[in-house]
Amino acid sequence: MSIKPISGPHVLAVRRIDEIMRMVILALLPATFWGVLIFGWPALLLTATTLASALVFEAICLKMRGVAAKPYLSDGSALLTGLLVALSLPPWAPWWIGVVGAAIAIVLGKQVYGGLGQNLFNPAMLARVALLISFPIEMTTWVEVKPLLIGPGLIDSVSITFGGNTADAVTGATTLGLVKTGFSLNQTLTDILNNYNGLLAFIGWERGSLGETSSILILLGGLWLMREGVIRWHIPVSLLATVTVLSLLFHWANPQHYLSPWVHLNSGALMLVAFFIATDYVTSPNTPLGQMVFGAGCGLLTFIIRSWGVYPESTGFAILLMNAVTPLIDHYIRPRIYGRYRNGKPLDISHP
Amino acid sequence: MYIISAIIILTALGLFLGLSLGVAGKYLKVESDPLVEKIEALMPGSQCGQCGFPGCRPAAEALVSGTAPVSLCPPGGTSLIEQLAKLLGIDVDLSQSQDKEIMIARVSEDTCTGCTRCFKVCPTDAIVGAPKQIHAVVADACIGCEKCVQVCPTECLQMHPIEVTLRDWRWPKPLAKAA
Amino acid sequence: MLALFENPRLRGGIHAEEHKAETSAKPIATNLPLPKKLYIPVQQHVGKPAEPVVKVGDKVLKGQLLAHSQGTISAPVHAPSSGSILDVLDFPAPHPSALPIRTIVIGTDGLEQWRTLDIPSDPLQLEPEDICKRVGDAGVVGLGGAVFPSAVKLGLGRKNKIHTLLINAGECEPYLTCDDRLMQERAEEIVAGIRLMLRGMNAPQATIGIEDNKPVAYQAMLQACRPYANITVVQVPTRYPMGWDRQMLRYLTGWEIPADGRATDIGVVIHNVATAHAVYRAVCLGQPLISRVLTVSGGAVGKPQNVDVLIGTLMSHILKFCKVDMTKTARIIMGGPMMGDALPLADVPVVKACNGVLALTADDIELPDVKPCIRCSSCVTACPVGLLPLEMASRIKANQLDAAVDLGLKDCINCGSCSYVCPSNIPLVHYFKFASGELFKRQQMEHKSEQTKRLIDDRNQRMERIRLEAEAEAQRVAEARAARAAAAAQAKALTSIEEQA
Repeated sequence: MSIKPISGPHVLAVRRIDEIMRMVILALLPATFWGVLIFGWPALLLTATTLASALVFEAICLKMRGVAAKPYLSDGSALLTGLLVALSLPPWAPWWIGVVGAAIAIVLGKQVYGGLGQNLFNPAMLARVALLISFPIEMTTWVEVKPLLIGPGLIDSVSITFGGNTADAVTGATTLGLVKTGFSLNQTLTDILNNYNGLLAFIGWERGSLGETSSILILLGGLWLMREGVIRWHIPVSLLATVTVLSLLFHWANPQHYLSPWVHLNSGALMLVAFFIATDYVTSPNTPLGQMVFGAGCGLLTFIIRSWGVYPESTGFAILLMNAVTPLIDHYIRPRIYGRYRNGKPLDISHP
Repeated sequence: MYIISAIIILTALGLFLGLSLGVAGKYLKVESDPLVEKIEALMPGSQCGQCGFPGCRPAAEALVSGTAPVSLCPPGGTSLIEQLAKLLGIDVDLSQSQDKEIMIARVSEDTCTGCTRCFKVCPTDAIVGAPKQIHAVVADACIGCEKCVQVCPTECLQMHPIEVTLRDWRWPKPLAKAA
Repeated sequence: MLALFENPRLRGGIHAEEHKAETSAKPIATNLPLPKKLYIPVQQHVGKPAEPVVKVGDKVLKGQLLAHSQGTISAPVHAPSSGSILDVLDFPAPHPSALPIRTIVIGTDGLEQWRTLDIPSDPLQLEPEDICKRVGDAGVVGLGGAVFPSAVKLGLGRKNKIHTLLINAGECEPYLTCDDRLMQERAEEIVAGIRLMLRGMNAPQATIGIEDNKPVAYQAMLQACRPYANITVVQVPTRYPMGWDRQMLRYLTGWEIPADGRATDIGVVIHNVATAHAVYRAVCLGQPLISRVLTVSGGAVGKPQNVDVLIGTLMSHILKFCKVDMTKTARIIMGGPMMGDALPLADVPVVKACNGVLALTADDIELPDVKPCIRCSSCVTACPVGLLPLEMASRIKANQLDAAVDLGLKDCINCGSCSYVCPSNIPLVHYFKFASGELFKRQQMEHKSEQTKRLIDDRNQRMERIRLEAEAEAQRVAEARAARAAAAAQAKALTSIEEQA
């Protein structure tokens, strides 16, 4: 009769970690395919390299920690981190950028904290920011749109990604980059953005990171996740709303110096960050209200750094800063407990 | 000139502060460390000596002086460690601490000779009996100090775990499988 | 987006697979064969155990008192069938530990001979005190699972001014349909019980809350309540744990019971629907609580159904009646799958609290590996109380119980919603149960250490007294000796003087 007592509940919901990770990866696939489609084979090679190295680094770390690697490798969390890193890289970046990015994300971003669920910062964003600071040239070389069929062939692509042979690549700046350089040359927004096409930006036919250009595909993936209940609306909505409202106000005050909401929403990593990075379970607050504060904070910082900072793209910094504040938000914003006031005191007895 | 004024000011300041410290030390003197008393109040108070100190007060003094770890008291268990750590402002990792199972003494009636040695040493008067009569242990009062076991000439006193009944059955801690 | 428009009165909760269809359409089986032996534990309620009044060998009639209640919060137990007392012994209790409990064993004679029943001619004209007394004497306790003596609750209701009696017919646990069937088949009797409760508490009105997954029961109750304007029947959304009385109260009225108070503090008394039926039986028919309807269901049950069972029947007997395949059974659960307890053995008696027996197969109960918490906060969303289960569990895991208490551990109702939704399968509820037990143990320890200090003080004082007395004695002896010596010396001196003279 020494059976170990088993506590209820005796039935459990069917959604497991690995299923959640799979669904998030699935929601990212359209944007990934779009990236491969418009930037050609090098993008695919870079993605594959990043994913593979993410898995390898995860396995090495698990081995070093003395944990059985298989259940953790198969839960898809390393794969998801790797994919997010890959999507934030310039599509024709050399292979070692992907490897270093995966290493930073997995080793420094996740495993040194104790693995899954323990990290303070979003691993993919940590990798992105670290790469941006360490390798500014490689991380800001944006290739022109070169669709799969008319771009370089497979063999040329291998030499681009693994041989660093990007001499004949036609490069330019992203919209946000153009704006920053334009301002330094005392140009007005109308001059800078005379080639800007809002619709193409929405669809994603523009220079940019591998998987961040197509707002519509990321938006659809995010909405699907929301419908499936994997992510909740609080963070994306508050983040995007904050950016929209702020940019609307400033754009209205000075349209020659502040970008319109549409440009903000459809450039850089904003969409991807709103739906896939800021909603990262581990590094975002637990309560709905806390999540809205978090989202609004991310939006505010993004707008501030984009408008007045040195770097053209700021979402990575905004996320990391807000990640650091998350424990504080969780400490102060707690749900009200049944029968108690927000401060934890029991409700007063009153006869209704 | 500057040097002289600086010297004068600093000297005056030093004198004043030293004086006020001296006055404060005299008038706000604390008879004994209140922390020691607070800690002693938290301790089980059975003077069992399992910590290696002759009693709870010396143990409390050692805790305050920092020469003993907060985990020194086995009968106090994890709960005491948590309270002590909070009082002394120490961070302790409690995840590995495991409470020792509480044992209580029981008299085996076959071998008890009624020698009364055990109830003379019992610090809580948990043993009842009279000379030449079989003794018995009052389970509720026994604190498991094992003093009686040491003096029993016939080894009829033995330590047993407390029997679990339906009323005081508790859920065990879930096995922590995950890292 | 829906969460924006969600009813703020309905917080948290989950929607589990219901599994109610297997049993909700079948009538309650009343043909369970009478077992040879009935095992009646003396404690089937919250409070003090009842004290047996029968001896081994006594003949008892059906409904006869076996053990009377003692103390204010207690309930008596009665003989479920006629026969003789075979034994009063310690028998495994229907409890996850299966530790023994004092149990009266009746050998049934098959005659089912009732004791003389006291049936009032017009129950609704009885004095409120009389109703409460009859309910208490019949051993009626809350049949929703809390098993709080109903008479005490009615008495509390009479003392406080009650404006609403809430009848909880949520039955939100998956699989269970015993309340559903009871309402479908015995709606009139339930309503009679509710009217008795209203009179017993001098309360003006009653509200019955039924989850909207029981349309037939809802219609039946609506029909039965039609003549009585002061009893309203309301449908509530199906969302576990709707049957948590405080949740239902909040949903129906918007009021919350203060964390340190009772429902009576805000003028409400909440009773389970099956309790209302037991009250009807106790007062109108004079029958004590000796049987109850329970659901037998689960993947391993051949004939899932609701059964009217005598208290004290062994669960193995019922499982056999319902054609349970024991080889397929992976876990036997008393109660529902969310809050019920897994029983280590099937040879335990049915008690008043038991609203279901589930025989679940290995497919029904998944046993996945526990993964680390990914802070997905599903548990925060699911918690109906508004707690942070993930934070509490991580504190408890690190043995920081006080920190867990600060986070609201004591407000946890162990409903299991958090464990249910956890994608990492962390046994959150198990952590909370462990912590609550541990806290209780600590409290006991503190109590004991206070007592120990007192005992040690007493002993030290006594030792001091004995020492002082011994010293005084020694001093007295010494003084006496000195006095004697002095006297002798004096006498000697006297004699020598006399001699000289």
